[in-house]
Amino acid sequence: MGKRTVIPFGPQHPVLPEPIHLDLVLEDEKVVEAIPQIGYIHRGLEKLVEKRDFKQYTYVAERICGICSFMHGMGYCMAVEGIMEIEVPERGKFLRTIWAEVSRIHSHLLWLGLTADAFGFESLFMHSWRLREEVLDLFEQTTGGRVIFSVCDIGGVRKDIDAEMLNTMVSVLTRMEKELRDLTDVFLNDMSVKHRTVGVGVLSKEKAQETGAVGPMARASGISVDMRTLGYAAYKHLQFEPITAEAGDSYARMEVRIGEVYQAIELIRQCVELIPEGDVITKIKGNPNGEHFIRLEQPRGEVIYYVKANGTSFLDRFRVRTPTFANVPALLETLKDCDLADVPILILTIDPCISCTER
Amino acid sequence: MNFNKKSPWILHYDGSSCNGCDIGVLACLTPLYDVERFGVINTGNPRHADILLLTGSLNAQNIPVVQQIYDQMPEPKVVAAIGICATSGGIFAECYNVVGGVDKVLPVDVYVPGCAARPQAIIDGVVKALSILDEKQNALKGR
Ligand code: SF4
Repeated sequence: MGKRTVIPFGPQHPVLPEPIHLDLVLEDEKVVEAIPQIGYIHRGLEKLVEKRDFKQYTYVAERICGICSFMHGMGYCMAVEGIMEIEVPERGKFLRTIWAEVSRIHSHLLWLGLTADAFGFESLFMHSWRLREEVLDLFEQTTGGRVIFSVCDIGGVRKDIDAEMLNTMVSVLTRMEKELRDLTDVFLNDMSVKHRTVGVGVLSKEKAQETGAVGPMARASGISVDMRTLGYAAYKHLQFEPITAEAGDSYARMEVRIGEVYQAIELIRQCVELIPEGDVITKIKGNPNGEHFIRLEQPRGEVIYYVKANGTSFLDRFRVRTPTFANVPALLETLKDCDLADVPILILTIDPCISCTER
Repeated sequence: MNFNKKSPWILHYDGSSCNGCDIGVLACLTPLYDVERFGVINTGNPRHADILLLTGSLNAQNIPVVQQIYDQMPEPKVVAAIGICATSGGIFAECYNVVGGVDKVLPVDVYVPGCAARPQAIIDGVVKALSILDEKQNALKGR
């Protein structure tokens, strides 16, 4: 048995743009333990509900994280709508679903790129991000923003997408799907990629359950959880099954996420077919009073919003439990007994979003 | 012309941003914008960097980190604040854990507006930073 060494990892490190700090306790090349330390991006935005009224707060909620910005806004709006018993018009719900799924595609492509970068496959990173730009263009055409949209509002959405644009979206995504097939081939069949991912960071089904993993992390370990099956927004009208894998290693997590990109494209197609005509937003009156609890499926997994209101225009309490926070125990589990060289890729396979974890 | 004007190396650090501006910075490196063709390289090592791009506001915990990164960079160096958070704290300015924009701690040379800052604006910011870098270089030579 070798001597124990502690290697500090981060906060400024080349794996992610975001700062996270880990103390890696090593025995020779093996990691025995990883001790996380967070707080570099903590802003304290939950307390901002006391200074911004509940309508303005929608825009703050969107900025919890710039990657799932649409879904954060949507979750917050859904919670407030729950308190005020507002029924969002059907077309609004479908539009929310479409934007949410486009966000999922953009987020997973972003992750695929970063992962490729982490195992040193630079051109794969470039190609994933090239595809992602097309998704961002769709956002820009429909909402006016690339990453922060301000399009979700309490009671519905603030912009409509006309039929022509909806068809353009579908044709762009169909073209992308073809290019994605080539990328998928590299991600899932390339020998060197497999070498870095197969059998690396295995999380067994039991451990996934025990640590409370969520989202693709749990689904790659064979647990079929997907909050979209609860049928919020327009998901109750759509046909889909959670995508799962059994192996629980980095490769399986990649498989699940790639599968979800295709699934998202398919869901958008279904939405475009089913979307009804009508209003996209209802007027709201008065202030919320009461509390509500909402669960959504974000690209990274299940997110929970809790809102408590007191009848004034300022909320009492707003609370978010983000998917990365739920996945950190699972990450620490996979880091045990791994090689030091595999640490970057393991950190990436949970698709960490530090900014929403610390808020 | 100074050599580093031709090929500035950038270092990106995320103060407490929401990721919106970070992925804007990263997007500059990808094929659509591809700043590498101009010789701009994203480095992870402060000792190699000429331009420090900071996104997000500062808080008590990351101030020493930012300060250390800045101190480790060789002269001449330029600091660019990317996004409204880094400029003034932006939408989070009133949060209890936000000290404010980057200029509370470091001398900022270029401010890039936007929430999120667009890649075009970020590239423009880097180009502005280049001429400042040049001036600083000349000032150093004169010493
Ligand atoms: S300026 Fe806007 S997009 Fe950029 S980090 Fe701040 S909140 Fe996020």
